Amino acid sequence: MEAIIVILQAGIANGTVLLFATLGEIFAERSGVMNLGVEGMMLLGAMSAYSVTIATGNPWLGLLVAMLVSGLLSQIHAYITITLKADQVVSGLALTFLGTGISLVLGEGLSKAGAVSLVPVYSVPLLSAIPILGKIFFTDQSVLVYFGFILAPLAWFYINRTRPGMHLRAVGEYPSAADALGINIFAMRYAYVFLGGMLAGLAGGTISLAISPGWFSEMTTGGQGWIAVGLVIFAQWDPFKAMFGAYIFGALNRVILDIQLPKVILGIANPFFYHTYLGFFLQMIPYAFTILVLVIGSHEANRKRMGAPAALGIPYVRGERGL
Amino acid sequence: MEITDHTGAPTPYIVEMRSITKRFPGVLANDHVDFELKRGEIHALLGENGAGKSTLMNILAGLYHQDGGSILVKGQSVNFSSPRDAIKAGIGMVHQHFMLVPSQTVTENILLGLENPRFLMRLNQYDSKIAALGERFGLIVDPKAKIWQLSVGEQQRVEILKMIYRGAEVLIMDEPTAVLAPQEIDGLFKILRAMAADGKSIIFISHKLQEVTAISDTVTVLRRGKVTARSLPALNVTRQELAKLMVGRDVSFTAVKAFKEPGKVVLDIKNLKTDNDKGLAALRDFSLDIRSGEIVGVAGVAGNGQRELAQVITGLRRCTGGQVFLNGTKVENHEPIFGIDRGISYIPEDRTQVGTAPNLSVTDNIIMKRYRFTPISKGSVINIKAATKMANDLKISYEISVPNVETPVRLLSGGNLQKVILAREISGKPSLMVAVQPTRGLDVGAIEGVHRLLLEQRQAGAAILLISEELEELLSLCDRVFVIYEGCTMGEIKIHNQETSQKMIEQIGMMMTGTPLDQIDLGAEEHV
Repeated sequence: MEAIIVILQAGIANGTVLLFATLGEIFAERSGVMNLGVEGMMLLGAMSAYSVTIATGNPWLGLLVAMLVSGLLSQIHAYITITLKADQVVSGLALTFLGTGISLVLGEGLSKAGAVSLVPVYSVPLLSAIPILGKIFFTDQSVLVYFGFILAPLAWFYINRTRPGMHLRAVGEYPSAADALGINIFAMRYAYVFLGGMLAGLAGGTISLAISPGWFSEMTTGGQGWIAVGLVIFAQWDPFKAMFGAYIFGALNRVILDIQLPKVILGIANPFFYHTYLGFFLQMIPYAFTILVLVIGSHEANRKRMGAPAALGIPYVRGERGL
Repeated sequence: MEITDHTGAPTPYIVEMRSITKRFPGVLANDHVDFELKRGEIHALLGENGAGKSTLMNILAGLYHQDGGSILVKGQSVNFSSPRDAIKAGIGMVHQHFMLVPSQTVTENILLGLENPRFLMRLNQYDSKIAALGERFGLIVDPKAKIWQLSVGEQQRVEILKMIYRGAEVLIMDEPTAVLAPQEIDGLFKILRAMAADGKSIIFISHKLQEVTAISDTVTVLRRGKVTARSLPALNVTRQELAKLMVGRDVSFTAVKAFKEPGKVVLDIKNLKTDNDKGLAALRDFSLDIRSGEIVGVAGVAGNGQRELAQVITGLRRCTGGQVFLNGTKVENHEPIFGIDRGISYIPEDRTQVGTAPNLSVTDNIIMKRYRFTPISKGSVINIKAATKMANDLKISYEISVPNVETPVRLLSGGNLQKVILAREISGKPSLMVAVQPTRGLDVGAIEGVHRLLLEQRQAGAAILLISEELEELLSLCDRVFVIYEGCTMGEIKIHNQETSQKMIEQIGMMMTGTPLDQIDLGAEEHV
């Protein structure tokens, strides 16, 4: 029992990283722009947050800079896909390489920086006293985890119950209809790609300053950006389902680590303990799942059924028929 | 309120467009066009496709900006840089392709882009407001319904409501009847009259003469970007006169159909079922038969399974149930080549994506179904000379106007492109022709040509399946008309010697909106 609580507790913490990145990508995709550069933006965010915190000692400033820097990086993708109307997949992939490259060059030496001040950990009074649930959700979690609890419902409310959210949905579903009513498609898409970049940056900063602190080159994010891209489809572009999916994947990551620790498991010698290379197989599982989701999601009919924004991936050109 | 012009003198016009000129690369779409609209009138803007009607109205609606000329609204000079400006000035346009977000509700679509509500969407308050506004003009639609749940007629009402909610006094309707069933057209006309009586002014863009004479008070005719008749009173003008103004020559309205005794059954479709691209049922239970020397029509509102029907017959879509027999051979669920080899020809709805390869030459497109045979090819080598000769021969006999057969077909006009497709499909001497919307988007002259070619094939003994949304076209060409609704056969109407009656049209209209033929009681319908 205790072990399960620990796994779930860690799952919520790990999942917060995925949650931020997934929510950001949901905003971008809801406006019609798919950004496969999440991984690159996250890594840049992790690096910026960490180095700014080393320099200033202020993790909040680190997170803010991370969000701005990743937001700026996302604007390259915005310019290429919205203004130049290039293919979103190609541009997004390039963005990942660009973000990774910049991060590795600028992050050189960061791993030897020593201890930095991290985002504080906090237990919520009263709520943490609830049996089991209090322990999982409200005990010794990073402040950023609590922020995630608030952010997902807010995002849902914004998308479904507010005027700008309604405009966002219209832009992703049927931009020419929105355009005819005076909504600025280009400005909206730039803004939501920027928001997506900021949240990816926050996700990166959440890793390096809270969940698994430090700078470990490209292993800092270790491909979690790709899981986030898959989670968007898994969540059917819905912030609540994204929350659910992010925490499950967060817990899965923890289980994969834990399963390699004991010498004996279920009464037999643990093969993952004695053959460490088998651990790589376990670590592959979330990514294999991501590929599966992406394959299912790339099928046109499936996408329509799952409620993908109808104009996702299609550059908007005024005066052309259809979307 | 009285409208005055810039000198303060009263003017009867709510909109005046003066000497509007608009140039697109290679085309003069509007050449010094004058147009004026009175308050409370229904003003038809008539012209063939490409005459410049839509361009002129897109300028008035703020989508395009004119290269020359001026626009006055209520006597004030205006300069629109976006549709938003036009709506602010009271001008709203209902586009032919609806500008509605399918996944949002009626109310959400109407509120889209407005300042109010500012942030929170308390939709309930607005639902009742919109319902009340709709009732005033007979625009009945459920404000809570999602757009994708609505019929095309209802969606059109949402579009109109959207403009009225924004305070539009001038409503531009771009070919509003193109997507409607006959009864829905009557409903639309009632709404338009109610709005005109309420003081709204309506511009009715159309190329259908009978509608123009039925609904409008005034007519302006455009031909090749120029005005050929300005603000004619619609009462004392005949269809023939309008057609001549529109085309520039006399036009014969009905293709003359010779007598032809139908032969043996060529196509026999039994209880066909299939799914659409979304995996939902498109055909539920569709049956139909065509004999040689017959044109059989499929009437129905767009999206009721017509597209999928043509695709199953031609092998482009798999069916999930039922059979398709061509001259006794089962042809369903084979590759397209199976049907082609057995004499199926196909005039697809989409000329540029399915009907032709846009970047290939006229020659390449012509030989597309022939290149496997001599003399076009020998072994695996194509005989360019023979191919070019074939293309040139067809270019002459089908009057394809193109400088040479090496021209890529993407440069051809809609009418010429359709001739290329017809030339290819007919020259194969088909036993079955499947023609989907073969005249959509073509001008009156080109339509005449397509109709003539279809009738010639009928005379030659081909079985022809004509899927069309133009009821008039179906009635003048077909020997029998089947009506499709939500993928089911609603009934069959036989037409002898092109004799059509009002009752027939009403029956077809009822079937198009979902009443099977055997349940139609026209006598009782009068009292509803």
